[in-house]
Amino acid sequence: MRVDHAIISDWIKPNSRVLDLGCGDCALLRELRQSLNTTGYGLEISIDKLARCVEGGTPVIQANLDQGLSPWFEAQSFDYVIMTHTLQAMRHPEKLLQEMVHVGREAIVTFPNMGYWKNRLQFALGGRMPVTKTLPYGWFDTPNIHLCTVRDFEALCEELNLRILGREMVDSQLQSRPLMRLAPNLLAETAVYRLAAK
Amino acid sequence: MPTALPPDSVGLVIPQTLHFDEPLELDSGKTLPHYDLVIETYGELNAARSNAVLICHALSGDHHAAGYHSMNDRKPGWWDSAIGPGKPIDTTRFFVVCLNNLGGCKGSTGPTSINPETGRIFGADFPMVTVNDWVQSQERLMRRLGIVQWAAVIGGSLGGMQVMQWAISFPQALRHALVIAAAPKLSAQNIAFNEVARQSIFADPDFHDGHYLEHDTLPRKGLMLARMLGHITYLSDDAMRAKFGRELRAGKINFGFDVEFQVESYLRYQGASFVDRFDANTYLLMTKALDYFDPAGEFEHDLARAFAATEAEFLVASFTTDWRFSPARSHEIVKALLKAGKRVTYAEVESEHGHDAFLVPIPDYMNVFRAYMGRVSTEDATCA
Repeated sequence: MRVDHAIISDWIKPNSRVLDLGCGDCALLRELRQSLNTTGYGLEISIDKLARCVEGGTPVIQANLDQGLSPWFEAQSFDYVIMTHTLQAMRHPEKLLQEMVHVGREAIVTFPNMGYWKNRLQFALGGRMPVTKTLPYGWFDTPNIHLCTVRDFEALCEELNLRILGREMVDSQLQSRPLMRLAPNLLAETAVYRLAAK
Repeated sequence: MPTALPPDSVGLVIPQTLHFDEPLELDSGKTLPHYDLVIETYGELNAARSNAVLICHALSGDHHAAGYHSMNDRKPGWWDSAIGPGKPIDTTRFFVVCLNNLGGCKGSTGPTSINPETGRIFGADFPMVTVNDWVQSQERLMRRLGIVQWAAVIGGSLGGMQVMQWAISFPQALRHALVIAAAPKLSAQNIAFNEVARQSIFADPDFHDGHYLEHDTLPRKGLMLARMLGHITYLSDDAMRAKFGRELRAGKINFGFDVEFQVESYLRYQGASFVDRFDANTYLLMTKALDYFDPAGEFEHDLARAFAATEAEFLVASFTTDWRFSPARSHEIVKALLKAGKRVTYAEVESEHGHDAFLVPIPDYMNVFRAYMGRVSTEDATCA
């Protein structure tokens, strides 16, 4: 299992109701269902990926996350609302975060850390927008329109009155190394957060 | 005329007529003492009787969903794009049942049948039938065929409404409900179109208060107009533009009221050919069944409560340019199912074909449809 998925699995209680935003082919939801007997849905914009979710037997709603969650879901209808590597591609990340903790009791979010030292190095020394394994796109064709650093994200959580219940950092191999905990904003390539409304 | 039938066709099929003697009480308060249902079936019922699929037809559909009646048929059944070997509703895996609904004009008891009480053609005296009445009659058909539970009940448009009614009225009688290009009830605009269609039939001097067959005539103009109007609502603006644009049949304007634009020719052809194959009283009944459908009505207009007792897993699909039953109408269905905590998958298919898209083999649509039915066919069928 991918480390980010393993971290998420550790946070989720068995038999809970889970919503996965931008669920792709529903790999995470399938893992959670098999290991923790969770129920719930995926949300996915691409009909190709939706067909793969259907093959795997996961209920999935084809929807555009930029239109928010309120058209679909009632308040507090899930134990966890998960969104992996999608926040930075949203038109209104701040609104979506608020909706996540509205629709679910807890939100679990992963995103690429723009403060990662390799990104900083490329920008500071090369003077160009960083292109890395985690952020492989050119500035002109990237879907990642709202990149942030670990510190940016935590400042936003503060502003939005979101409680940080858990925080893990991983690198591009999706390994979690002890050093990252000391200087996450510099050393983490991907951040994994567990949030709730205050 | 096909000299050989396509390999993914169910081939030549023969309809059967089943007679029912148990009186059917209708929502209107009237009773049909006995009635016939005409059906077609494709594929084989397995030993466990767990692979049966019911297809519910839409406004102008019938029991002939797939295959050919003879080698001389110009076209196969109305949903041949989705039913057959290797198609989403794979007849090598499923036993597929499709019927002509009560009030129809293709052999099941309806306005063109003889009223046993009077010995005359029913005509306008055929009682109003509702989506619920149809589902009640389909449930009797299910028992007659020795089926305890459908693997899936599937329908588009008005057919999708029957699917929802099935899930609500007989929660244990189906494992999967596929609701395609449907709506939980008609909007005022939908009813308005139906009313104009009905008024055009009533206004035809050959209508004779619905007893035109006894006068040995047909309200051709009226039914043609109704169908022309219908066709406008089935296509999208884009589809019409792509198909006809402003193309002129004669290449130039003639300053007259004969057919000039290609779209006029299309609508007149569709309208005129419909009159030869469809009954005006049936059209009137079907539009009323559409207008009346509102399963939330019995649940304080809360659709989620209407779905509360359902046990089927749902696939809901809509098409982007469908403005008759737009994606927003499917959203209402999906949202209610989500609120009720039901298992539901929703696909919103990009298409330029308007409402007609549900009959078109659009690759994205077929892929999701096939994936879903593939899973229906492989899951453990534990019959109730």
